[in-house]
Amino acid sequence: MDDGEDGLDKRLNELGERLAERKTAADRAGDKARGADKSAYSQAIKVSSEFIAGVLVGALIGYLVDTLAGTRPWGMIVFLLLGFCAAVLNVMRALGVVATPQPRKRGDDRK
Amino acid sequence: MSAADKVDPIHQFHLKELVHIEFGGLNLSFTNSSLFMAITVIAAAGFLYFMTSSRALVPGRGQSVAEMSYEFVANMLRDGAGSHGMKFFPLVFSLFMFILVANLFGMIPYFFTITSHIIVTFALAILVIGLVVVYGFYKHGFHFLNLFVPSGVPGVLLPLVVAIEVISFLSRPISLSVRLFANMLAGHITLKVFAGFVFSLGSLGAIGVAGAVLPLLMAVALTGLEFLVAFLQAYVFAVLTCMYLNDALHPGH
Repeated sequence: MDDGEDGLDKRLNELGERLAERKTAADRAGDKARGADKSAYSQAIKVSSEFIAGVLVGALIGYLVDTLAGTRPWGMIVFLLLGFCAAVLNVMRALGVVATPQPRKRGDDRK
Repeated sequence: MSAADKVDPIHQFHLKELVHIEFGGLNLSFTNSSLFMAITVIAAAGFLYFMTSSRALVPGRGQSVAEMSYEFVANMLRDGAGSHGMKFFPLVFSLFMFILVANLFGMIPYFFTITSHIIVTFALAILVIGLVVVYGFYKHGFHFLNLFVPSGVPGVLLPLVVAIEVISFLSRPISLSVRLFANMLAGHITLKVFAGFVFSLGSLGAIGVAGAVLPLLMAVALTGLEFLVAFLQAYVFAVLTCMYLNDALHPGH
């Protein structure tokens, strides 16, 4: 019985080792595949959605400010321009040109 | 396939009322979209339930798939939002499975693709962002607003930068929903257009049939690409959900 359990343990360990080997291999393959997935097509939709979203939100806020405060057309002008800025920021973040605020802040904790 | 289907690649996205329900002046009809949402939920939940019901120590094929999807999302969430993020696991997992199954159902001919409607994807995205905002304020109070104040910005520029950051934050649900919706919509339209080429070229006689081979090959390739996109978009949605939840958990850390 003991012997059998020892054998089982040994076999389990071996299986674990082999699985770990396979897993890293699979991970590497996955990384490679992910690199290939970043086709121009998906990249284009990603970047354009980021850009469109920023401009849309800017325009929406501008419109709301104008209708609520009656400052037509200044709210639209200001917030549309801010929306463009935010859109460019979004795109640069999506492409990794500009860091997201998170990691930068992690260094100097102000709490 | 009728002539209307052939020339109109948008036809597949039409909503049809199956059961007309009107409530308080609102049209709450049960449409083909609702039907496929229900089917998606039942299929995803049923698949996971039946595949894990045996709870074998050595998983079979189905159970293995169910466990792999669990592991996949759990790892994604741990990487994206830390171990604290695991309390949101049910949400992220449900979102991932719902979008994945909905996208894959969209690949079956004559099935309705619910994620190709922006209102559906927007509802999912606003759910995520709403949760981020509510949980962020609940957990951190006004510290959550630190998210919008990058450090090391000169005081004069601060209002401008904060405004841009706020707009950038508000644009997240839109970019999240537009990305999923645009991918599914564009993919299905392209597929339909190329399939339409095959059809119309094929009816032109011998030369047409020979020429139809090219768009047919393209349609086959696109079908493969669409399956990839179906997976990829569910993955991207879930990953971004994790990233945003990370903001709610650790704003300005």
